[in-house]
Amino acid sequence: MSSKLQVADKTVNIKDTEFQQVLRHLRRNRMAMAGAAILVLFLLGAIFAPLLTSFDPARPDFGNAFQKPSATHIFGTDELGRDVFARILYGSQISLLIGLISVSIGLILGVPVGALSGYYGGKLDLIVQRLIDIMIAFPGILLAIVIVTMLGTGVENVMIATGIASIPTYTRLVRGSVLAIKELRFVAAAKVLGISDLKIIVRHILPNCMGPIVVQSTFQVATAILWAAGLGFLGLGAQPPDPEWGAMLSKGREFIRTAHHLTTFPGLAILLMVFGFNLLGDGLRDALDPKSRKFR
Amino acid sequence: MTGYIIRRLLLAVPVLVGVSILVFAIIRFIPGDPARAIAGVHATPQYIEQVRKELLLDEGLHIQYYVYVSNLLRGDLGRSTFTRRPVITELRERFPNTVLLALTSMVIATVLGMGAGIISASKRNSVFDNVSMVISLVGVAAPVFWLGVMLQLFFSVQLGWLPSGGMGGIETFVLPATTLGLATAALIARITRSSMLEVLRQDFITTARAKGLSERVVIFKHALKSAFIPVITVMGLQFGGLLGGAVLTETVFSWPGIGRLMVNSILTRDYPVVQGTVLLLAVMFVLINIVVDITYAFLDPRINFATREGE
Repeated sequence: MSSKLQVADKTVNIKDTEFQQVLRHLRRNRMAMAGAAILVLFLLGAIFAPLLTSFDPARPDFGNAFQKPSATHIFGTDELGRDVFARILYGSQISLLIGLISVSIGLILGVPVGALSGYYGGKLDLIVQRLIDIMIAFPGILLAIVIVTMLGTGVENVMIATGIASIPTYTRLVRGSVLAIKELRFVAAAKVLGISDLKIIVRHILPNCMGPIVVQSTFQVATAILWAAGLGFLGLGAQPPDPEWGAMLSKGREFIRTAHHLTTFPGLAILLMVFGFNLLGDGLRDALDPKSRKFR
Repeated sequence: MTGYIIRRLLLAVPVLVGVSILVFAIIRFIPGDPARAIAGVHATPQYIEQVRKELLLDEGLHIQYYVYVSNLLRGDLGRSTFTRRPVITELRERFPNTVLLALTSMVIATVLGMGAGIISASKRNSVFDNVSMVISLVGVAAPVFWLGVMLQLFFSVQLGWLPSGGMGGIETFVLPATTLGLATAALIARITRSSMLEVLRQDFITTARAKGLSERVVIFKHALKSAFIPVITVMGLQFGGLLGGAVLTETVFSWPGIGRLMVNSILTRDYPVVQGTVLLLAVMFVLINIVVDITYAFLDPRINFATREGE
């Protein structure tokens, strides 16, 4: 049981863990909760897609092509007669997976490099920073495009490309945090106690960088989803018959005059999912960093 | 200051070398024979051999890179395997179109973003403030290519007011530039708002109000000037980002720029053009960021050059 402290008219749980405090701030933030709700809906839709629709997202049904939205096909059907709602549901599996894997690649490669670079400094830092400078010389989606050009199209390569393209963000973020944290007294104390560098980084420094990393990862999932959809739209990402939203939108554009539901719904799906991650990211940032709350 | 500028430029040299290595690597990484990739799918065996000899593809990678860079420095980026024209000519024709599009969208983004941000900050928590902030959140989340298609659908297909693609008179700029600029406008609106709110809490603003100055004078003459620096920085950084966004926007609107040229050349496996467009976009981005850094240094006297140089 946590002890309670009466401050003015508020009761504060002084023994709450940091995690509980963050959760409490998050729960009070209506926008963040809206974002979380959107994401939970997408997640449930992705997991239970086979239960939520009886239509096959890949099998053509030519007799039913270009149906407008109706009670049977709530988002209509596409040029091959496939149910657009079913394709969007199954497409959310692809988008969430791309976001997840891409961020994992960024985390696994970017965080250790950033931590070592910030902790040791010197030549290692210089080399890492120049390599990162080269990567960020390609604006936005361009680095992912370059990597996909080398690797070839397909969902797996999109994950790798967007993952690699997100490495610089993590490296810079973690390096910056480590630079600040390593000057603190508890790190000096750990060194004096003879604790190894690796242990100091993993046990004492990185846990203190978790806040910014979590916030950034939320935004980065959104970015990866946008990039993947962009690659799909350009014909460089997922290939037919994968129900990837960007590729669906690109195909639907050919029929914009007669069947605009083929572009409207996949686009709305991308927007909503990215919107959800951004709202949650904003909320997490506010909850983890009290300073950013003052102007809201 | 001069020292700072020189160092900033020198720092870009290894980056540009790295970019050139990566662009050089594009063709060596793709599966198959680089000579065939450079010569094109329909090239004769003789032409493929000629390409192999010209680029010394049977030699070591360091020699190939040396040849690539020395050709590059002479402005020789190879020939398109599709049109057989020099890549540099293709780039020269398309590049001004991309710059024009990016500049127009920056103007639109600045006007919309700063306007919305200033009104939101001065009428905090009003209906306008809330609505514009929700729109800006959605604007950041909307995929630029979808936004473009929706604008096309509404203004070209349904209303018939504006052309749906191609480049010509001023009317052809409206949709692509708005599409490309909206996300930036959303960002500028948010930055302007928070930067203005911060400034509006300062003592000199309270003093100005206490002197009996009108709210308009307080906002436009006093607050805006101080709130401008973060906004300018974001604008500079976003301008480079617009080059990346142009790849998608140009594809939607069949805009004859570098971005569309790049996508088409990737799809047709016209690798010399892919290399040229990627190189040009990256080099431009690096140069723009240098200009932004230097401008920022000029604008904000608080910047300590000694510490910035160490970055």
